[in-house]
Amino acid sequence: MSSNGKLIIDGREIDIQGEKNLLEIIRRAGINLPTFCYHSELSIYGACRLCLVETDKMGLVAACSTPPQEGMVIRTNTLRTRRLRKMVIELLLANHERECTTCSRSGRCKLQLLAHQLGVKEVRFGKRDKKVPLDLTSPSIVRDPNKCILCGDCVRMCKEVQGLGIWDFAHRGSKTVVTTAFDKELSDVACVNCGQCVSVCPTGALTVKSEIDKVWNAIHDPDKIVVAQIAPAVRVALGEEFGLNAGEDVTGKIVAGLKLIGVGRVFDTLFTADMTTIEEANELLVRLEKNENLPIFTSCCPAWVKYCEQFHADLLPNVSSCRSPQQMFGSVVKKYYAKKLNKRPEDVFVLSIMPCVAKKFEAQRPEFTTGGVPDVDAVLTTVEIAQMFKEASIDFTALPNKAFDNPLGVGSGAALIFGASGGVMESVVRYVSGLTGGDEVGRIDFLPVRGMEGIKKAYVKAGGKILKLAVVNGLANTEKLISMLKSGEASFDAIEVMSCPGGCVGGGGQPEVNDTVARTRRAGEIYEMDRVQQLHKPQDNYFVVKAFEEWFGGVNNHETHHALHTTYVPRRRINGKPFIMNDSQSQRLQVSVCLGTGCYLRGAYDVIKEFNDLAENRGIAGQIEINGTFCLEKCDNGVSVNVNDEIITGVSPENAGEIFINKISPLVDKNLR
Amino acid sequence: MERKFERLQEIIESHQGKVAHLIAILQEVQEEYRYLPEEVLTYIATAMKVSPATVYGVATFYAQFSLIPKGKYVIRVCDGTACHVRGSEPIHFALRENLGLTGGESTTGDMQFTVETVSCLGACGLAPVVVINGDEVHGQTTPESIVGAIKRIVSLEKQGESKSPSETGCCQNA
Repeated sequence: MSSNGKLIIDGREIDIQGEKNLLEIIRRAGINLPTFCYHSELSIYGACRLCLVETDKMGLVAACSTPPQEGMVIRTNTLRTRRLRKMVIELLLANHERECTTCSRSGRCKLQLLAHQLGVKEVRFGKRDKKVPLDLTSPSIVRDPNKCILCGDCVRMCKEVQGLGIWDFAHRGSKTVVTTAFDKELSDVACVNCGQCVSVCPTGALTVKSEIDKVWNAIHDPDKIVVAQIAPAVRVALGEEFGLNAGEDVTGKIVAGLKLIGVGRVFDTLFTADMTTIEEANELLVRLEKNENLPIFTSCCPAWVKYCEQFHADLLPNVSSCRSPQQMFGSVVKKYYAKKLNKRPEDVFVLSIMPCVAKKFEAQRPEFTTGGVPDVDAVLTTVEIAQMFKEASIDFTALPNKAFDNPLGVGSGAALIFGASGGVMESVVRYVSGLTGGDEVGRIDFLPVRGMEGIKKAYVKAGGKILKLAVVNGLANTEKLISMLKSGEASFDAIEVMSCPGGCVGGGGQPEVNDTVARTRRAGEIYEMDRVQQLHKPQDNYFVVKAFEEWFGGVNNHETHHALHTTYVPRRRINGKPFIMNDSQSQRLQVSVCLGTGCYLRGAYDVIKEFNDLAENRGIAGQIEINGTFCLEKCDNGVSVNVNDEIITGVSPENAGEIFINKISPLVDKNLR
Repeated sequence: MERKFERLQEIIESHQGKVAHLIAILQEVQEEYRYLPEEVLTYIATAMKVSPATVYGVATFYAQFSLIPKGKYVIRVCDGTACHVRGSEPIHFALRENLGLTGGESTTGDMQFTVETVSCLGACGLAPVVVINGDEVHGQTTPESIVGAIKRIVSLEKQGESKSPSETGCCQNA
């Protein structure tokens, strides 16, 4: 492979400019070869065979996985390549459920598009005869295996960018499927609902779970008033669904559109994003003063929160107790704004418009209710709200600009930048600087935390102290940062985590194409909008300051903790049966040792061994049954042991003997008596 | 079973938990358990720091791995070309009928016998061939002779003199 030189593409001489594969050069040369499995951000897979080209020396090759060589002669458009591409599509279609008109991906499906583009007029092969059931268990994602073309994009996205590996190929040959571990339902595995798999899926195999009908029903219900909130990243992306460029600001048109379809009040998530910054920054200041639970992790991203609950329960005390802006909004509307409207919480329907798929999961968390009803009734993604406008036959691009309603419709620039990775951190920096520096601080643009880079580090001086900050996006990057933290390689005071690449602008609910180019444009526009925003810091938002006074009598106090904060629970990654390791005789004392990852890493195996040895030594092995179990959901406190339905936490190989003698063997004696 | 759990940990440790050794680890684990229980696979994934979906993918890719429990005696009827033309089908049929296996079942309710077919055992000169637990080879079998062999195993089991599955190496795949 040479990084420079020339090659011939369809008779034209083209420079090699350091590209790693032919596909990149061919596309630069203006020939947009089709692909299913090629994503510049993921590893090369070479499975779909759509980018086949003919070369002089190597014959037919897949352009995506062939390195360029000086003097190569490539032909992209021959009888053979065209015929093969067509046949690839035909073969995929033969295995694909072809109920296109009713598919939620119709019109945006890459398979449909390419079949049309490549002139496939007929499928010569048979149809799949068996229909496999859909997985509807996740609150965020629907899986339809009948539409999967095995491109593996979701597999690589989840593994490489999110580090989770929820999806993988299983079985072989014609029986190959992309599925979860043990073919379990999506709600039974460690999926964090980020929706990045949906973003890269070229067909309708993975789609967002739609809540559109629920919203229409609420709009048309005369007893209900629909109160909408719009997240920052939505306003710079929605236009893409109507043919506008990525990053075009359509805030006013969304407001106008929502009013037109019958939404009662249109408010801005920025309002509660400002509240989030103020609460979270104050939480940080208290922790710095007490020097406890540092670094603080942001809690705005529900996928990160679930990830932390599943994989790093020991870090849960570090996660900010603040609710996300979405949930603060729901809580404020149901607890306070509903009273202003003289409505019961159940008669105010909170509609949340988000770039995010995990927000659907967050809205359904049992912690977020008022008077027994959920704080947020429905979450629609950017793509879903565009769909509603289409259903209502609204000419979106022709809509006039309308302003948000008051009082929850005002937000600062610091809240606006929540939509891009680094925004929450910059907002906190603005607030703290304003708090410590007073009026003369002026505008603060904190550039080191901006941009698409996976892990960003920055330092800031506040109140005579230097704070170490980190901003991370993508969960694989997050895992890297956490292992640096745990090994002592790095230390920070505050860490912002966003699960999606680039932050919320790259969320799983954003329009296609959702790649780095689109994300950068959307983030760029957000910062541009912030630049011209008069309200710069969260404390500049008069309405928020007033709301804190009026509703809570201040910030970061008992009242705000009730309405604006939350708690977290350790969560198991995979649902499974207990793992029997000892012959079962039900009369004996039941001891189960947790073998979930957290406990395993803390020496659960050695604890079992120690228990077994002690039982043997003390001659009570016959009266005790020692099992392993998968995750007792107490992951934050060392190895957990369940003895006769009582959970003992904090067990370690060092204190296992002591625990056995004090807590387990007395029970055996009691059992015998 | 406790002994076997220790064995599981031993197996993983003997391969230093290397992901490249996953197939070898699964083979050894299957030898212990006669199949690959879901909880065991999750444990392996946890211990090796890979996703359970990846381990599941590997375990389902290879025909030699089974995720459902197999009987104490695994009977493989060769259905390669040579065995097939010399009458492996009636042998397979007689075995299933004798053991009371119906429909898609391949293992008897008492977990004693599993009946499978295999594409070729490479012993075509002995066709038709049946192998029990990997090491007991029956050549030039007939429906009558194989049913006789099963009856012998059943009566040995009754006397309690039978070899334990680990001694016969029950899960060695051909």
